[in-house]
Amino acid sequence: MSRTLYDKLVDAHKVCDLPDGDMLIYVDFHIMNEYTSPQAFSGLDTKGLDVWRPEAHLAVIDHVNATRSSEPHDASSKLLIDNLQANCTKHGIAFYGLGDPRQGIEHVVVPEQGLVSPGMLIACGDSHTTTYGAYGALGFGIGTSEVEHVLATQTLRYKRMKTMRVTVDGETAPGVTAKDIIMKVVQVVGAGGANGFAVEFAGSAIRSLDMAGRMTVCNMAVELGARAALIAADQLTEAAMEGHPHSGQFAFNGENWGSDPEAVFNEVFIISGADIEPLITWGTSPDQSVPITANVPSATDYISPEAKAALARSLQYMGLSAGQSAQSIKIDTAFIGSCTNSRIEDLREAAKILEGRKVAKGVEAIVVPGSAMTRIKAEAEGLRAVFEAAGFEWRPEAGCSMCLAMNDDIAMDGERVASSTNRNFEGRQGRGARTHLMSPAMVAAAAIAGHLADVRDFKRKASR
Amino acid sequence: MTKTIKGIAASLPLANVDTDVIMPKRFLITITREGLGDGTFADLRFNSAGEQRPEFILNKSPWTRASILVVGDNFGCGSSREHAVWGMRQLGINACIGTGFAGIFYDNARKNGLALPVVSPSMRDLLLQFASDANGNEVSIDLERRRITAADISAPFEMDVATQAALIRGRDDTLDSLEHASAIRDYEAGLKSEMRVSVIK
Repeated sequence: MSRTLYDKLVDAHKVCDLPDGDMLIYVDFHIMNEYTSPQAFSGLDTKGLDVWRPEAHLAVIDHVNATRSSEPHDASSKLLIDNLQANCTKHGIAFYGLGDPRQGIEHVVVPEQGLVSPGMLIACGDSHTTTYGAYGALGFGIGTSEVEHVLATQTLRYKRMKTMRVTVDGETAPGVTAKDIIMKVVQVVGAGGANGFAVEFAGSAIRSLDMAGRMTVCNMAVELGARAALIAADQLTEAAMEGHPHSGQFAFNGENWGSDPEAVFNEVFIISGADIEPLITWGTSPDQSVPITANVPSATDYISPEAKAALARSLQYMGLSAGQSAQSIKIDTAFIGSCTNSRIEDLREAAKILEGRKVAKGVEAIVVPGSAMTRIKAEAEGLRAVFEAAGFEWRPEAGCSMCLAMNDDIAMDGERVASSTNRNFEGRQGRGARTHLMSPAMVAAAAIAGHLADVRDFKRKASR
Repeated sequence: MTKTIKGIAASLPLANVDTDVIMPKRFLITITREGLGDGTFADLRFNSAGEQRPEFILNKSPWTRASILVVGDNFGCGSSREHAVWGMRQLGINACIGTGFAGIFYDNARKNGLALPVVSPSMRDLLLQFASDANGNEVSIDLERRRITAADISAPFEMDVATQAALIRGRDDTLDSLEHASAIRDYEAGLKSEMRVSVIK
């Protein structure tokens, strides 16, 4: 019987069927952050429960911490940080806190530490846990009640999803990155188009991505509603697991962690890689994007009155005119960071654009490396010098920062941000803040131009 | 045991209402589940000076008493924050009727007694219209029979059996699952040693 990679992963982790139609599935590894876990620990206390297997969990500080210094910037963030540390001490759970050389954004830290491998099931109280699909692992986000459930039982109640395969075939043009590929997928499938589905990415344009690019793709799959994103493990995956602190400590062999050739998916999308251009979002949902060479949509681009009304609302929030060219959109801020695009590979791509150039007058440009290890590596490669010479502020500490503005990096009402992050929702980066999503290289190009700009117009200077 | 949810319904037809909009981040700096009612839909309900926006549906009579929302496509997308569901419950919302919900939000809702019946787009539009009439008529959601009634409208809704059972019995999933502790131990006994993750402290 042919099976999809997703079905193999679910089958391998099924503990038992439950009488009401759910099943219990086993969680090999569980990650926690400081803002979605406190109520889970207090739930254990209220019910008088212990942690089932403390060594199978990792807690990381990333969402609320300031990235200007390793000290909490206010009393309420300190409360969350101290609370997680105290809970980890009490239950014997590994804790990578502020000042720890392993600290950083959870989905950047885990691969760096070698804590993901094909065939694993990983849960975390964060929607972007789909990232681990890049390794052929089943990763998905859970709520706080489910965090409590994993802590107490090492399992989750689970219902099998439907399956979708998104194939991106063919060679992509120069300047087109993994970020543009996934933004195109979100545009085609729609913001809720994969609700109820586990999505497997296939095709030559996916296979030819490096691991950082595959993580970017799987990370943002949640923006189309996918509860899981997967890419079959291959030689690149195997190689990426070498050389980390946990390398060689565990393996989940016994299956070929890819879909069988005859496996059947409930839905299939095919996208031509050659059709993808560098994209920017113009609206307040991640599927509202256009090529950088195009214009913001007009009411005439839509048929239904609902779509016209949604367009009008988005344009009003974003302070844009229907039909204006994407490259005429001036920015106040450039932000490079987040679990989507803050890895060393992302910083290198942005630095190529920045080298020998200056950030436009009046633009505030910030880069927050995804982890302490990423920062140190980037500094050793000379990337910090490139960013700083261009006029970017290089943050000394790692965290989510302005992606969701839970720390002190909050965009002001009306402030317009070119952002390498994952969500352009109303208020995401601050009340009234206007977010344009794009690749890190495109953020660098926008920072230099002072407006949204085509990265292909910024050829790398040969001085390096 | 909750078998039927009844109340005034308010229409919130926007598509892709995300959990950042349902519960803005400034209300997330908390270690308890309580005190989130005021934060729920805060930027829709209040202006930046903290005054009520009179045009927002939940600020208008009779919908100030609404306990059911009829919502646009893909409600609850985005962040996994369960605070969004806690806040909606604290605001007195017992159900949202829509055409489809984001997965993590759907699971969070089930854990907190928030029912999310899924109906066809045409039925949703009919209910949006019904909810928009300011006559204060109630909508009734029969969880056992999986049927919504509102005056002369009557339609079935979709809800998976496990979610339906969890909402009706209102029990604690964690304690229920621990009744299967022996099955979990059996599964663990079958794991090869290299399949047991142990994180370096």
